[in-house]
Amino acid sequence: MLRSTRHITRHAARALVTIRYPGAATAPYTSSLNLEHAEAVPPMSCFRIMNERGKLLPGAVDYGAEVVGKEKAVDLFKCMLRLNEMDVTLLQAQRQGRIAFYMSTFGEEAAVIGSAAALRDDDTIFAQYREHGVLLYRGMNYDFFCNQCCGNVLDSAKGRQMPMHFGSNEKHFHTISSPLATQIPHAVGAAYSLKMQGSKQAVAVFFGEGAASEGDFAAAINMAAVMDLGVLFLCRNNGYAISTRSTEQYRGDGIARRAVGYGVAALRVDGNDIWATMRAVEEARKFSKENDKPALLELMTYRTSHHSTSDDSARYRSEDEMSMYAQSASPIDRLRKYLVARQWWDVGEEEEFRNEQRQQVINALTKAETAPKPGVDTMFDDVYACKPAHLVAQEKEVTERLRK
Amino acid sequence: MNSITSAIRRVVSPLRCNTDQVLRGCQFRSLSFAAQAAEEKSIEETTPNPAVKMNLFTAVNSALQVALATDDSAVVFGEDVAFGGVFRCSSDLQAQFGSERIFNTPLCEQGIVGFGIGLAASGTTAIAEIQFADYIYPAFDQLVNEAAKYRYRSGGMFNCGGLTVRTPCGAVGHGGHYHSQSPEAYFCHTPGLRVVTCRDPFTAKGLLLASIREEDPVIFLEPKVLYRASTGMVPEGDYEIDLGKAEVVRKGRDVTMVGWGAQIRVLLEVAEQVEKELQVSCEVVDLQSLLPWDVDTVSKSVQKTGRLLIAHEAPVTSGLGSEISAAVQENCFLSLKAPIQRIAGYDLPFPFIHEKNYLPGKQRCTEGVLKAIDY
Ligand SMILES: Cc1ncc(C[n+]2csc(CCOP(=O)(O)OP(=O)(O)O)c2C)c(N)n1
Ligand SMILES: [Mg+2]
Repeated sequence: MLRSTRHITRHAARALVTIRYPGAATAPYTSSLNLEHAEAVPPMSCFRIMNERGKLLPGAVDYGAEVVGKEKAVDLFKCMLRLNEMDVTLLQAQRQGRIAFYMSTFGEEAAVIGSAAALRDDDTIFAQYREHGVLLYRGMNYDFFCNQCCGNVLDSAKGRQMPMHFGSNEKHFHTISSPLATQIPHAVGAAYSLKMQGSKQAVAVFFGEGAASEGDFAAAINMAAVMDLGVLFLCRNNGYAISTRSTEQYRGDGIARRAVGYGVAALRVDGNDIWATMRAVEEARKFSKENDKPALLELMTYRTSHHSTSDDSARYRSEDEMSMYAQSASPIDRLRKYLVARQWWDVGEEEEFRNEQRQQVINALTKAETAPKPGVDTMFDDVYACKPAHLVAQEKEVTERLRK
Repeated sequence: MNSITSAIRRVVSPLRCNTDQVLRGCQFRSLSFAAQAAEEKSIEETTPNPAVKMNLFTAVNSALQVALATDDSAVVFGEDVAFGGVFRCSSDLQAQFGSERIFNTPLCEQGIVGFGIGLAASGTTAIAEIQFADYIYPAFDQLVNEAAKYRYRSGGMFNCGGLTVRTPCGAVGHGGHYHSQSPEAYFCHTPGLRVVTCRDPFTAKGLLLASIREEDPVIFLEPKVLYRASTGMVPEGDYEIDLGKAEVVRKGRDVTMVGWGAQIRVLLEVAEQVEKELQVSCEVVDLQSLLPWDVDTVSKSVQKTGRLLIAHEAPVTSGLGSEISAAVQENCFLSLKAPIQRIAGYDLPFPFIHEKNYLPGKQRCTEGVLKAIDY
């Protein structure tokens, strides 16, 4: 009682100062009442290096020629083609009932392969499900993908999950989980851990513009900002979340502007321009590693494919829209035009290359299909680090039943 | 808005039914499967609420149509519901009732349920869809801490009883961890919520309509494997099936089998088979309402048969079977001739390749019956 009275008198004796509210300590004061309208803020520009015809924008650095070079550029193009061929073939395999499910990357090859190429191969990746191209870029062969889709003994995750739920410890790619956006805070935690360990690896997390509506996105980006963690947030904004257009998903200026509100550096990028994607990811990675600050890139693209093999997108978007994007937006066409203009790629080779790849995927699938499935006893492994007694008993019950 | 609703009323008024028709629906419900088939034709011919063949997703769609037509305040929302939903349950509703009443939400389950609570607490009938039961957990807090306690914590001043959360659940053959779960037990541990499920198109429509009109928040679990696979005759108009009541779907003397949802199909097949091959007579009880559940009907059956088998897809440990088993043991201790058999999913994340070995299929349920009989 006595102490608190003295406390107040001591402060009352001080001269009055202009206060700074702790919640916005740098905000200036104003007497004009101004409701800030979202529409008054001009949309964030979209960074691109080459246009739909593969031509450089005025003033653009020729990233492909000056930084990447012919050999790597052709490799990147081939990687996009390989991803595309694998998607086409496994999609067909699903229709034939050979695998249970599939999700393709059509239209988003540059966003995925470009990001992978600009990261270091040992950077830790948390992905959503449409980024298997990262694993392909990091050297996983078709067997790996087919084994997972078939859930056979060679699947490193022991046939536990639906197709498309890839993961690889060796490739620093955490196993996919279907519940959306859950991986985003995981990436932030991983970045904290790696920072404590003094690691040089970066952490990148992929997610869709739909997933960004989940609470986990808000939680993650705010934590990364507050904790000064160099996480790279890579949002694939492909215009749709199943049938829901981005116009029904948010009213603000996309995902990039949202990041700025959280105090996170952000850039909108033409995700169908592989050079723009690479350059942006490279810069953002450098910035966030050097400053221990997160960065968000909004990779603008268009989901040319159906959402998955369970979806028929003709129910919710027009033929016209789809064919317009398929014609003008293809990231593969764009890179091909760039390469051909420099005589780095001979289109005559392309069909043969594609056929070769397709055959390799078919061979891998045939092998994967005929490989045995994991034994039923493996069903009880990995629930816990050590199998508790009740699972030992349940496993015994199942194996004895099957022996009968 | 007014012109929309009156236009809708004009379109759907033939669907409205009188009490008599509703009663017919209820009689229809209590028929056994075999009797139901036999009577289908005559009901079809005589009732002013004619029955037509539907599968489960069209029955859900039909229930939503009736709910929207009979309650101007009802709205249907969730991820991708506007174009008909990924399981087609909300097909054509937006064309009929307009985009103010049938709409997509941003992709956010906690938002969907929280929004639904706010709607309901303000006088709107809120019918939310969570795209898969496996994705209901971001909304767990809204359901368990908010929806369930809204009435109690305000001393009855406020409630969100107008909220119904529909969600597809259960195994489909290739769903793996995240397209197969049956999360009922989590919610059955929550006083204030009602949890309801269905076994076929007829029960889907009647129970869903009752859930929507129930004065408490309801989680309505739709076994997605039945959406197309289960067909049956369903009255086109309005009818309800009482919540909180189990239904004896097959009469028997020796063993009571309790289940719900898609598991009922398995139990009925097992009952037929053990009757034919072993002359064991099984009574099959569909719980339908999982919280609160019908202790009386189950206990009465067990007092008669002396044996109980409970089967569910969710993991056995702390599954709803455990609760039923404990209650029956309390009520029927002296009638029990054998230990209660719980045949359920194993204590694992739902597996992909080994789904068949994980589920409480026919073989496992038959083993359970024999164990109870041979004890
Ligand atoms: C928590 C959760 N809710 C719903 C779903 C069902 N679902 C799977 S993908 C998807 C759309 C995701 O869209 P987006 O994030 O934009 O990614 P895109 O498919 O466009 O690559 C939905 C709703 C889910 N997997 N998890
Ligand atoms: Mg998207």
